[in-house]
Parts: sequence; structure tokens; C-alpha cells
Amino acid sequence: MARITAGVATSHVPAIGAAIDNQKTGSDYWRPLFAGYEASKRWMAAHTPDVVILVYNDHASAFSLDIVPTFAIGCADHYAPADEGWGPRPVPTVEGHPELAAHVTQSVIEQDFDLTIVNRMDVDHGLTVPLSLLFGQPKAWPVKVIPLAVNVLLYPPPSGRRCFELGKAIRRAVESFDEDLNVQIWGTGGMSHQLQGPRAGLINSPWDNAFLDRLIADPDGLSRVPHLEYLREAGSEGIELVMWLIMRGALHERVAVRHRFYHVPASNTAVGHLVLENAP
Amino acid sequence: MALEKPYADIPSTTIFDLDQARKGYHLNQFCMSLMKAENRARFKADEAAYLEEWPMTPEQRRSVIARDYNRLISLGGNIFFLAKIFSTDGKSVQHAVCTMTGMSQEQYAQMMANGGRPPGAN
Repeated sequence: MARITAGVATSHVPAIGAAIDNQKTGSDYWRPLFAGYEASKRWMAAHTPDVVILVYNDHASAFSLDIVPTFAIGCADHYAPADEGWGPRPVPTVEGHPELAAHVTQSVIEQDFDLTIVNRMDVDHGLTVPLSLLFGQPKAWPVKVIPLAVNVLLYPPPSGRRCFELGKAIRRAVESFDEDLNVQIWGTGGMSHQLQGPRAGLINSPWDNAFLDRLIADPDGLSRVPHLEYLREAGSEGIELVMWLIMRGALHERVAVRHRFYHVPASNTAVGHLVLENAP
Repeated sequence: MALEKPYADIPSTTIFDLDQARKGYHLNQFCMSLMKAENRARFKADEAAYLEEWPMTPEQRRSVIARDYNRLISLGGNIFFLAKIFSTDGKSVQHAVCTMTGMSQEQYAQMMANGGRPPGAN
């Protein structure tokens, strides 16, 4: 039987990818950020799963305004890094897991979550920066990936509650897959940031840290926070954090924190990172 | 009955909702076209001519040429679509974002290094 063993949360700032791709991780600016991921990389090397269900948002790369799916799951066997305007990132092609993806899709739709099915798409920094942060710069990614793209660009995104419940449905789906697979689920994006208007540069460290506390210990309560609070307190792009609730919903009610990290700034953004395992 | 927009009073912030997306549809789709290298080359060679190919408003076209990102946001642009313009220019997100704040890049970078802009009156 397949099982979800752990969850990872991390921001997916494009400048982090550029720092990795341009060998700047040791600079004074970037060293503290990458130091915060060293323990997680060691943990990941010892706990590399077979498959990662990677929850992220597409940043106008695969999806234009022609079609805007709220939840879109990748069922393809591979995904190419997207050209976001400066050429594709020099990272490996992402290998999918079409069999598990098809199983999860059917199961989750039968649990009343109407996912959009994607059989071809490129993946942007939202998906590849987290892989780089946890796996570095390998020739091939050491895991298969099932992309789960969530609309958080065009308001309204799905509610935190809906995301949390989707996570639970994904867990049930994975646990009903016959093959013996070690699966992780990652939630990405955030934390507080605003990339537009005179309020750009907004960071709210107390709110972010309270979010991390509640994601660990009170995810059910956290899932009831309305969008308006994210927009006011964490900035217009801070709403990405609802995606972390999908990850959390797929884990057990009680989790063990293997790693926690918070850093300001990465470019315009507060970076948050958690490694969570299901508590025994 | 009109939908409530409780986010409308967040200071200095435009939420990219469906009304904004409708206003900015062609502007944002123009931005998407810059994901192809050959389109970037054509745009750089003659911006005004390239923009004429898209059914945008004259004000949207002028604001693209002026790289007036606050104006583009108010005209229905979304920052992740507009990112294709400043990526084409070879500019970073931080460079483009700070132009919307009235701060120099140095001042803005210093504010971020000091922990960012406090949420303040919101």
C-alpha cells in the first residue's frame, strides 16, 4: 500500500532559483537562506520518497487567462521546465508518476473534488525551486513528481478550508493505491509578500510565525481563516499560503516537526520552511 | 445583487479579481506571448508595432512602453503576467517591484534587508 510519510512546506521565490543556477548560494546575501535548508537536505537524503505530490501555483506559465483551473493535477509522464521570459531554468526534466496520478485523480474526484486533468504542461519556478532547495543540482531528480497546481493568482483562490479538505482526500486516495510507495506531499509558496503597488515589500513576521505554529498544532482552526486576513496581513501574494493547507490536510492530525526555518528576505519575500512527519 | 469586495479598502493594493482580469485580458495575453524567444526579439525590435497586434487600449499600450507598472496593474495587469515584460528587459522582480513604491532600488533593498515593510495601517 502506498502511504504519505511526510510533508514539506517551503516558499518558492524565483530569485532563489536564480541564485542556485548562477552559483551565488555562497554570497553574503544568500548564505543564511541556504544554510536554513542544509539540515532538511540531509534529512531528505535519508528519507527520499518514491513520489512527491507537489502543490504549487503556476505563475502565468502553463495557464494563461484563457483557462484558469482552480485545482489542476498533472497526469503526464514528464514535465519540461518553463521558459518564463529569460529561458528555461537549467534543471532536469521532471518525471511524473502517471499511474499514481490517475489513481489519485479518480479517487479525489469521486470524493467530490473536481480536479482539472492536465496531460501536458511545462512547470515553472513554483515547482522547480522547491526541488532545487531540497535536492540541490542533480543530473536527474531523485523522485517522481505529481504536480498539483492551484489557482492563487486570480481572485478568489479556493478557501483554506477547501484546501485542507482536499489534502485529506488526497491522503485517502494515496492509501488506497496498491503499490508499495513512499509518498511525500509538499506545499509551496508564501510566506508574507506583496509584489504590487506602493505597499510592495510588505513582510509580516509575527503573522507568518503564528501561521507556522498553527499549521503544526491547529491546522483545522487555521483552515478557517478567511482570505481577507491573508490579503491584509500577509500581502496580496501571501494568499499563496492556502496551498500549505493541502499538504497539512494530507498528514495525520499530530505531526513531529523535523525542521523549521524562517528567513527575511529573499528578494521581496519572507521564506518559511517546515519538514513534518506523521507522529507515531 | 452585487458581490461584496471586502478587499477593496486594503491600502495601496489592487486585488486581481475577475473584473480586473476582464479589463486586462488582452494586456495579460500580450505578456504571455513574451514567453517565446522569437516574440521577445520582435517586441524589442519595435515595441509599438508589436503592441498594435494586440487588441489592447491605447492607454495599456502607452503604459507598457513606459513600463508604468502601477498603471498597468490598475488597467487589469497582473504582476505574474507583467513579469514577462521585465524578464524580457533582463530586470529582476525586485527591480520592477520597487518602481511601484516610489523608492530607489537601494532604498527598497535596504528596507527588505531590514525586515521589509511593516503591515502598518491595514
